[in-house]
Amino acid sequence: MISREQIEHIAKLARMELTEKEKEKFSTELSSILDYIDKLNQVETKAIEPISQITGLENIVREDAPRKEDTRSNIRDKFIKAAPAKKDNYFKVPKILE
Amino acid sequence: MDLPKTISDVHNGLIKGSFSCIELTKSCLAKIKKENKNLNDFLNLTEDLALEQAEKIDGKISRREKIGPLEGVSVAIKDNILVEGYKTTAGSKILEDYVAPYDATVIEKLKKAGAVIIGKTNLDEFAMGSSTENSAFGVVKNPADTSRVPGGSSGGSAVAVAADHCLVALGSDTGGSIRQPAAFCGVVGFKPSYGMISRYGLIAMASSLDQIGPLANNVEDAQLIFNIIKGKDIFDSTNIESKKTKTNEHNLKIGVPKEFFGEGIDKTLKERTEREINKFTDLGFELKEINLPHSEYALAVYYIIMSAEVSANLARYDGIKYGFSAKDRNLLDNYLESRTKGFGDEARRRIMLGTYALSAGYRDAYYNKAQKVRTLIKQDFEKVFSPSADGVDFILAPTTPTPAFKIGEKKDPLSMYLSDIYTVPANLAGLPAISIPCGRVNGLPIGLQIIGPQFNDHLVLEIAQIYEQSNQ
Repeated sequence: MISREQIEHIAKLARMELTEKEKEKFSTELSSILDYIDKLNQVETKAIEPISQITGLENIVREDAPRKEDTRSNIRDKFIKAAPAKKDNYFKVPKILE
Repeated sequence: MDLPKTISDVHNGLIKGSFSCIELTKSCLAKIKKENKNLNDFLNLTEDLALEQAEKIDGKISRREKIGPLEGVSVAIKDNILVEGYKTTAGSKILEDYVAPYDATVIEKLKKAGAVIIGKTNLDEFAMGSSTENSAFGVVKNPADTSRVPGGSSGGSAVAVAADHCLVALGSDTGGSIRQPAAFCGVVGFKPSYGMISRYGLIAMASSLDQIGPLANNVEDAQLIFNIIKGKDIFDSTNIESKKTKTNEHNLKIGVPKEFFGEGIDKTLKERTEREINKFTDLGFELKEINLPHSEYALAVYYIIMSAEVSANLARYDGIKYGFSAKDRNLLDNYLESRTKGFGDEARRRIMLGTYALSAGYRDAYYNKAQKVRTLIKQDFEKVFSPSADGVDFILAPTTPTPAFKIGEKKDPLSMYLSDIYTVPANLAGLPAISIPCGRVNGLPIGLQIIGPQFNDHLVLEIAQIYEQSNQ
């Protein structure tokens, strides 16, 4: 069961706002989903290793430097252009310190 | 003009001069424009790109140059895959005006092969859903019965193929999003093994599960697209070299998991699927009942892992880097307002579920537990496929428990989630799986699912083709 306070806490962590009605709705819905998920507790998993990569790949690393493919066709400019607010070559964000 | 049905029809028609590529592309675009108001399978057309490509191909033909098998073939793209210079919305208000700054690797490969990219198809917001009712841009309708859903989340792509709006389409499959709509619309839908196709340029939903794949009118066309878009890509570090697996020489054995015919399955669909599976004995295959004991937990595991990854992947939509921004003067308010206004209900539900499953004090009980049960699900499959334990070569099962349901029918999220119950296990285990049409139930198409061992994508496609041909 997910309480109203828990929903408020989760929404805050996820940076979303909920109306009173939505808090009610989502706490009921998430509670019923979590009830269903509770069936996982029937499975004994003490000696089982968790899976995080299904093909068995591990630690794919590379040099921390742009490759020629990374800088193709002025991609940086295109990314900056897509931002809602920008200045020169930067994303523009509201001031957080007075 | 009558639109050709298969890739080879297009190829032969172009070579013989039965039609030009421009004619073909224009008829296709005209058909979409006429029917999209009703079906709503396309969000945007990439008309300029399509006509430019078509002209190039006509030029090649007139110069008597050789053309490749995919040249001139109209392809529709699910709108969570980037096509440079065109809007890519992922079915979400938060990306309503987002223009893709580059081509996804699969798009680059399709363009190089001469495919005519015709438009972007509708989907559940961020590919989250099983009915395409969660799109911010309206419901998609099933051409077999327009009061019913086409399935989802690649509902637009499945409808585009079924309604002859394109020859083939790309979709993405995280828990069944290619196979389930393919089954509901009566087309072929293939989800390759995890890692076979680069996801660079696919808008991420749940990264340990997401896979791009084709939807088509027949298996041969799906195979052709798969062969063109697969392969190693430096931009996706989870991408792996496709391993060549040899087809077994011995009589192939088929496993039929009894867990896939249990509670919740439509009775007529069950009988029909069993009848189709029995046909395989006439084709020289040996049928064997198998057990996948942990598959009953697959959906619960899926909803934890998927939503955990969703909550992380969708954290990037902050109203700063791209997409919708509330443009508040305070940073926190800007985050809150952009995300609250930008995301629909299903996206918010999954973000919150995932945030909860990963939050302090709950991570072990939910996320780590789910990852462990995922191991057991994978081991179930390894056991049934194991050659040393007299295992089977592939598995046959229904794609969905019911045919397409009515629009608006499933109001409770959990009942909607249950329609993915037979497709989710292949994603969790990273296996190749295809849905092929296997008849109709009460006039509605249903799908037969073939699941193969990891990286045996070609085997799955071969078997699908044998079944398809036996039905012709």
